[in-house]
Amino acid sequence: MRRSLFGRTWPNVIAVVLIVFFAFPVYWMIATAFKQDRDIISKTPVFIPFDATFDHFSTAVNAPDFWTYVTNSATVTVGAVVISLVIATLAAFAIARMRFRGRKTFVLVIMMAQMAPWEVMTIAVYMISRDNDMLNSLLPLTLFYMMMVLPFTIWTLRGFIAAVPKELEESAMVDGCTRTQAFVKVIFPLLAPGLMSTSLFGFITAWNEFPLVLIVNKEQGKTLPLWLSSFKTAFGNDWGATMAASTMFAIPVLILFVFLQRKAVGGLTDGAVKG
Amino acid sequence: MAVHSERVQTRSPESGEAVVAEIDTSAAGGGAEGAAPKRTRSAGGPGIGSRLAPYLLLLPATVATLALLGWPLLKTVLLSFQNLNRRQLVMHLTEWTGFDNYKEQLTDPDFWAVTGRTVVFTLVNVVLIMVGGTLIGLLLNHLGKRMRLALSIALLMAWAMPVVAATTVYTWLFDEQWGVVNWFLDQLGWHSMADYNWMSDEYSTFFVVILLVVWMSIPFVAFNMYAGLTTIPKELYEAARMDGAGSLKIFGSVIFPNLKPFFLATTFLEVIWVFKSFTQVYAINGGGPEKLTRTLPVHAFLEGSGGQHYGVGAAIAVLTILMLGALMAYYFRIMIKQEDEL
Repeated sequence: MRRSLFGRTWPNVIAVVLIVFFAFPVYWMIATAFKQDRDIISKTPVFIPFDATFDHFSTAVNAPDFWTYVTNSATVTVGAVVISLVIATLAAFAIARMRFRGRKTFVLVIMMAQMAPWEVMTIAVYMISRDNDMLNSLLPLTLFYMMMVLPFTIWTLRGFIAAVPKELEESAMVDGCTRTQAFVKVIFPLLAPGLMSTSLFGFITAWNEFPLVLIVNKEQGKTLPLWLSSFKTAFGNDWGATMAASTMFAIPVLILFVFLQRKAVGGLTDGAVKG
Repeated sequence: MAVHSERVQTRSPESGEAVVAEIDTSAAGGGAEGAAPKRTRSAGGPGIGSRLAPYLLLLPATVATLALLGWPLLKTVLLSFQNLNRRQLVMHLTEWTGFDNYKEQLTDPDFWAVTGRTVVFTLVNVVLIMVGGTLIGLLLNHLGKRMRLALSIALLMAWAMPVVAATTVYTWLFDEQWGVVNWFLDQLGWHSMADYNWMSDEYSTFFVVILLVVWMSIPFVAFNMYAGLTTIPKELYEAARMDGAGSLKIFGSVIFPNLKPFFLATTFLEVIWVFKSFTQVYAINGGGPEKLTRTLPVHAFLEGSGGQHYGVGAAIAVLTILMLGALMAYYFRIMIKQEDEL
């Protein structure tokens, strides 16, 4: 019935072309990272690196300051996600469960904050960090990344909290719990998957962030995206090392996505599609 | 307890498919949320403590938003009224110049060229993303189980690629000497492309950037489209088919009206995302050759930080924000209406 629309063959042919189109760049990145130099610069591309090598990965890992970049990225990202999670849980509970004057304004601000044009505010961010003597620490980056993921975190958690049946909380309160106790004992455990996936998406955002670090804190706040973008210049035309670096940078995210998508794509699209 | 936690999971239902995204469940969940609290609140006769509670809960988020988002925004506006170059920055001088930066920009043909280019860039990308994403979503719905899984995984890979990594890979794919794209075009018989430098020309640079943006953005639309399609009752298709409707007619009379909120929301999101895209444009060729691929965010950044005319950069930033604001106003009106209906 369904297939009668197109016939059997064409959808499959188109699908194969699309699979190649979407997967090839990712495959090419990983394959190049494992190739011998002579296979990378050969006039006929080598499509499968039978003669695989880990040399490019060791070049990348042994590059100056690699571990500084990794530690900085990890610190900033984890810091940003943890802080935003705490702040967002409180706010999400309020807008999901309570009615009060100004609620709609707050929701509107959250939606708008999600669209904030960080890309064009880098100069201001830089000057604020400088004027507060924070250029030599990771703090401004952590705080601004936190702000980047906060609206999304609030929005998604709001959805997860709203999905917990209200009766659960009420019956706990009938049993003598205060509202806070009801939240901690009943809702919080049920929120665990929501908190997990929300924080992982926050992690991905902060891990990827590029424009801000480009200007703020170039020296002390070296994070991986900056490292990666400087790699081409640092290594000249060493495409093997560049692709190994890209692979190392992308792999954690690719893995997270695979684990996440079943559980959280619903939450992500809720948050994104609704604002 | 087990029963209840199952109810929670209905928000993101597990199925055998690789990708599960339910748009409509959220609307249903939201509906239950909306009406109930009002009644409880007014019936209970809340005391001062519980009346203050929501505000206390929102306090940290509000403070953070004001300090970390409001302040940079305000600062950008203030900077845009200053003559702030490297000298003033280093010596901490504040020189107010009124609307000079704006006058300079608004009378600069470069600025208008960049603006026009940004509009065309956004339009082309969004049309490609929406049409491509919709068609792939429809295709996902038509494929057999295995093929659908394979395509979903491919889409997922493109979606999950970090922007900086993806940009680096595209530079490599389109490398002048060793890029696989040039080799492929040469093999197809287009021999002049064997050593083509894609970054030497405005249009071919844009071609690479647009391909990259579309490649990264289509999965989001396709997955949501597919998820939306699974929520349309089968009977509607059958009824349409009984009336003798063809594929196009079914799209127009069943699919589009049912998924209208999805199309509206996604289109506006993509407009905003594409309009703001910075990394792809900046990292592929730094806005070159000859400034010819600069879009507004890149222009603001390069004039401001790159050229060390921070006041000018801020003015461009403010103009960019105003344009975004105009786009968002429409989008948020729709969103707020949705919120009212909850």
